[in-house]
Amino acid sequence: MLSCVNPDQISGLAWLGCYLSTAKHMAFYQSFLIVLLLIAAVAPLAILLGLLSASASRARFFLIRLPGTLYIAMVRGIPDIVFFLFVPLALDQGIEYLRHRSLCSDQTGSVWQGNDFVVCDIAKMPLSSASQWVHDFYGFALAVVAFALVFGAFAGNVIAGAMAAVPKAQLETAEAYGMTRRQVYWRIMFRQMWIYALPGLSNLWMILIKATPLLFLLGIQDIVYWARELGGAKTSAFTYPHPDWRIWYFLGLLVFYLMMTWVSERGFTYLNKQFSRGQSMAINPQKEGA
Amino acid sequence: MKKIILATIFAGVLAGPALAETVRMGTEGAYPPYNFINDKNEVDGFERELGDELCRRANLDCVWVVNDWDSIIPNLVSGNYDTIIAGMSITAERDEVIDFTHEYYPPSPSMYVALSGNNVDVNTAVVAAQTGTIQAGHVASSGATLVEFASPDETIAAVRNGEADAVFADGDYLMPIVEESGNELAVIGEIGIGGGVGMGLRESDGALKAKMNTAIDSMKADGSLNTLIKKWFGDGAQTF
Repeated sequence: MLSCVNPDQISGLAWLGCYLSTAKHMAFYQSFLIVLLLIAAVAPLAILLGLLSASASRARFFLIRLPGTLYIAMVRGIPDIVFFLFVPLALDQGIEYLRHRSLCSDQTGSVWQGNDFVVCDIAKMPLSSASQWVHDFYGFALAVVAFALVFGAFAGNVIAGAMAAVPKAQLETAEAYGMTRRQVYWRIMFRQMWIYALPGLSNLWMILIKATPLLFLLGIQDIVYWARELGGAKTSAFTYPHPDWRIWYFLGLLVFYLMMTWVSERGFTYLNKQFSRGQSMAINPQKEGA
Repeated sequence: MKKIILATIFAGVLAGPALAETVRMGTEGAYPPYNFINDKNEVDGFERELGDELCRRANLDCVWVVNDWDSIIPNLVSGNYDTIIAGMSITAERDEVIDFTHEYYPPSPSMYVALSGNNVDVNTAVVAAQTGTIQAGHVASSGATLVEFASPDETIAAVRNGEADAVFADGDYLMPIVEESGNELAVIGEIGIGGGVGMGLRESDGALKAKMNTAIDSMKADGSLNTLIKKWFGDGAQTF
């Protein structure tokens, strides 16, 4: 076991070992989990939103079709970064405003006092007295919603395209067999569209992985924040002074993201095989000469 | 019966010891010796010690929040935290948006730092400064070419790798870096700009401002503020 009591009296590997196991570095290692957690939370939500919006955008009734197409068109057209900055802010202030109106109904003044957005203490979300992890979790949840909204729209477009790509002859045959519209949807279209959606979804997945540093913009201490913070030159005000080491930290991030890409590629190759089972050769991208 | 017991427990929890008001202290955590995040992953520095002492005197329960310098004022006015205690000079522009307490650190000079042996004219050269600082404003109006960076550390790195000819920042931040650079860096100029450093508060938060002012004044009166300044900025630092 290393003794890290007097870091200025040790050198070489022992120093490096102590340096890499400081509480600050532990927070850095933990932030990798935050990134993985974000991807794990956003991906299923985005697929769900995608399915809903794609189905809505193909509906027969105008009133169902409108929100689906509007959502997809709007999010695809507005820069991501605007959404990432707008959604968490609007959600946070919206929630606090509603809580203020219901919990402090005796206060009649506006929540806007000059530049300040002021709600009563018990309407704060989370409460000022809540512990730090509650604040962190709340911030993370807002980020997940923002990511899911943006990627859900892209997924919606991909899935709508995949639904349209399922051969019409098959759907008509199913109807000829006497299946209802619902049965055709669930038994024929829903099951067959995945192979068409997969290339687009795999592309989206890669973009999602690459977009995770945007967490840093939302004030969440992710891997990019820590790489910059830990890599910057440190004077002897710190226990472990060192020159500018940012290049090594960013190199580490580079390796991490490359590993993620490599693992994802393997995963998608496997999924492609799975979804191709039972499909005719003409639409199997794995087969040569297709 | 169960309900009564439950109710008593709840009442007990709520009535418990009178809880001090929680105040969230916002800081940058990247500006030693004012404030930085130490290797234990805690906010440390002059303002950490000062803030904890002010909260003790004002009988407030303080928690520390780290926020990027860029968005430190917007996040205060939208209520993410209640104070800015981040080496922020009191200026007229900032005072239009937020309020300041009395100064807790007297005006101290800003410095130009460049690579040793380089002959730099700070009024025509490329000068690095942190975005949204009074130093960035000064460089922009000095005739030099301003290159802005989001964090203080990046402004120093820009001089070291040749992207900028000089950096302009608070002398208190630059001096330890120059001293430890082994003659790689040198101070090439010194100007007094801006007023002292105060704690930033929402304009609507008059009660907190009054409490903090009382605490700052009492630390000035008993000399403990000067002791703290000397501890973090050296014996040569300006005191009250």
